Amino acid sequence: MNLEIKNGRVIDPTHGVDRITTLYIADGKVAGIDTAPSGFKSQRSIDATGKLVIPGLVDLAARLREPGFEHRGTLESELRAALAGGITSLVLPPDTDPTLDEPGLVEMLKHRARQIDQVNLYPLGAMTVGLKGEVITEMAELTEAGCIAFSQADTPVLDTNVVLRAMQYARTFNYSLWLRAQDPWMSRGGVAASGAYASRLGLSGVPVQAETIALHTLLELQRTSGVRLHLCRLSSAAGIELVRAAKREGLPVTCDVSANHIHLTDVDIGYYDSNFRLDPPLRGQRDRDAIRAGLADGTIDALCSDHTPVDDDDKMMPFAEAQPGATGLELLLSLTLKWAQDAGVPLLEAVARVTRDPARIVCASSATVPPCGQLGVGVAADICIVDPQASWQVTRQSLLSQSQHTPFLNMELPGRVVATIVRGQLAWEASV
Amino acid sequence: MRNPQLNRHGELTHLITTEGLSRNILTHILDTAETFVPLAERDVKKVPLLRGKSVFNLFFENSTRTRTTFEIAAKRLSADVFNLNINVSSAAKGESLLDTIANLSAMQADLFVVRHEASGAPYLIAQHVAPHVHVVNAGDGRHAHPTQALLDMYTIRHFKKDFSNLTVAVVGDILHSRVARSNIHALTTLGVAEVRAIGPLTLLPSGLEQMGVRVFTDMNEGLKDVDVIIMLRLQNERMRGALLPSSHEYFKHYGLTEEKLALAKPDCIVMHPGPMNRGVEIASSVADGKQSVILNQVTFGIAVRMAVMSIVAGASA
Repeated sequence: MNLEIKNGRVIDPTHGVDRITTLYIADGKVAGIDTAPSGFKSQRSIDATGKLVIPGLVDLAARLREPGFEHRGTLESELRAALAGGITSLVLPPDTDPTLDEPGLVEMLKHRARQIDQVNLYPLGAMTVGLKGEVITEMAELTEAGCIAFSQADTPVLDTNVVLRAMQYARTFNYSLWLRAQDPWMSRGGVAASGAYASRLGLSGVPVQAETIALHTLLELQRTSGVRLHLCRLSSAAGIELVRAAKREGLPVTCDVSANHIHLTDVDIGYYDSNFRLDPPLRGQRDRDAIRAGLADGTIDALCSDHTPVDDDDKMMPFAEAQPGATGLELLLSLTLKWAQDAGVPLLEAVARVTRDPARIVCASSATVPPCGQLGVGVAADICIVDPQASWQVTRQSLLSQSQHTPFLNMELPGRVVATIVRGQLAWEASV
Repeated sequence: MRNPQLNRHGELTHLITTEGLSRNILTHILDTAETFVPLAERDVKKVPLLRGKSVFNLFFENSTRTRTTFEIAAKRLSADVFNLNINVSSAAKGESLLDTIANLSAMQADLFVVRHEASGAPYLIAQHVAPHVHVVNAGDGRHAHPTQALLDMYTIRHFKKDFSNLTVAVVGDILHSRVARSNIHALTTLGVAEVRAIGPLTLLPSGLEQMGVRVFTDMNEGLKDVDVIIMLRLQNERMRGALLPSSHEYFKHYGLTEEKLALAKPDCIVMHPGPMNRGVEIASSVADGKQSVILNQVTFGIAVRMAVMSIVAGASA
């Protein structure tokens, strides 16, 4: 179908575009901007007056819960949520059940995704068998099956030798590792950030050093192995400072933070609201400010949803016993716009953190991933049209994800996705 | 956000923590308890304030002493008391906390006395019971043990009359202690001159100063001229996990001996929430000595728990 999107404010950070213009789509690809390509005949025209027309979002961490946790979410429910959130490419952590440590499992997941054929899915393979941190997986086989990089999800490795060997093995084939910085001993049993608030609530804490010590270890091992490293979900000011120094040093390192962490701090937990039970835990105001500053200056490359559907039974528990995680696909764009508003960040820069920059990380990890997160001519037309003036209330009814647990429940957020286009097809449209 | 312990009229409808309660509410509880203390001396030790009401003692964590004093207090208020030891019943069969509460609510419970190993569990319960049902926290994780703190405040007021000029030391495993947290909040609200926390750095939680506490690691320094000493129980588990090397070494530095007690004011009182580890945190000569008010605490505990239950049950729905 040939499609034109007229009169919208087109923002494409990759090409420095930010102007009101028309976008032309043909054969599932971006065919032109400003002027129609020769011979272009539009079959459908969308009037985007007053709307933003941006690349479909690229989310670096979204658990869809298949296989193994279908009571918390399925590909169908969560991919609908992704489209409703304007997300067109997703990276899946390997902490399913069974974990993504065998090519057959990855192939099955890719097959299920092809059946639904909407959002582009990029699985991360498990770095070690069963995420147990003992035996490294068949990374080459897993890559052939479709994994773009390797990860331990939220399970840290006890034996540092295993981390080094996994790095060396990945480097051999030029694969990337996507790891969280968490010292296994210091983070064990902790459910909130160490500090005055956790002490007051009597919750066991995860000290900042759990992150910084792990970062020192990972960066030091990266120096010897030369592996490309993506650090997932940083949470502390001190941690971000270490990454800033590592980048200055020239190490091949990138990092992301969750959209929850740019807005919230530990005191928001209030009276043990388990919707605020997140991993990594929410830290203090100083940390949140450092995350915002790091995101604005590019030290932090990307903002992700860290979408983790949890069912009611696992959330309606005392805080420490509740499952960590929050639904996030439908909130990522709004939380990005809110950050841009609150912090006075130019819209193009804010949009870049959920499109151009995460796309760069995905494409750097794997040569098989086609260009995404941009509106260049010839690139697959993955597009999100959003009304920046409209706001919406996060309620159990307004969310499509199977899980409605988010710290932002009942809050009013800016920006409403009007339509999501995947490979030139209108995949989702807001009901008026 | 409204304090979830108060109803919309500002009345105490649940007692979950001493934090955030006004001095008026705390004083009202202590004054009410005072009217119940003489009851113990009477032939008929009962008042009809909770006649016809069902009190469920819901202990997800083992306790004999606290459960018994709550039971005695409820019975003296003429309530029907049901003791449930959840450890060996539904929770063991995998029933969720909220299912347990829903089932017991269906049995027309009016008041739940809850002890749970997870900090914050009583809040969750209070959010899910009907408006006319009340929750009293009998200890949750490391968070709070408000009736213990209130009976401690009662004891202090009984012996010292006034809070304003007092220096109070809380000694021992503050990190894991719900008693310490509840006492610190109650003491600062009641306006004591100084609250001190004394312990090794492994047993002091971070951010303690922000609770209005002066922190000491040297017990000899920390006990200087104090009016009240609250000793905390040291759990044996603390010898694992590299928090402490041995109970022997702990006693040497943080055990309350007559020698250390002599550093405090001559009329200093010694308190302990029980059960005591003699020779670990406190020497027998001090526990049984003339400055010890540990058994008074137990007696006052019944009156304080009667006061708490009668006050919350009297709050409008």
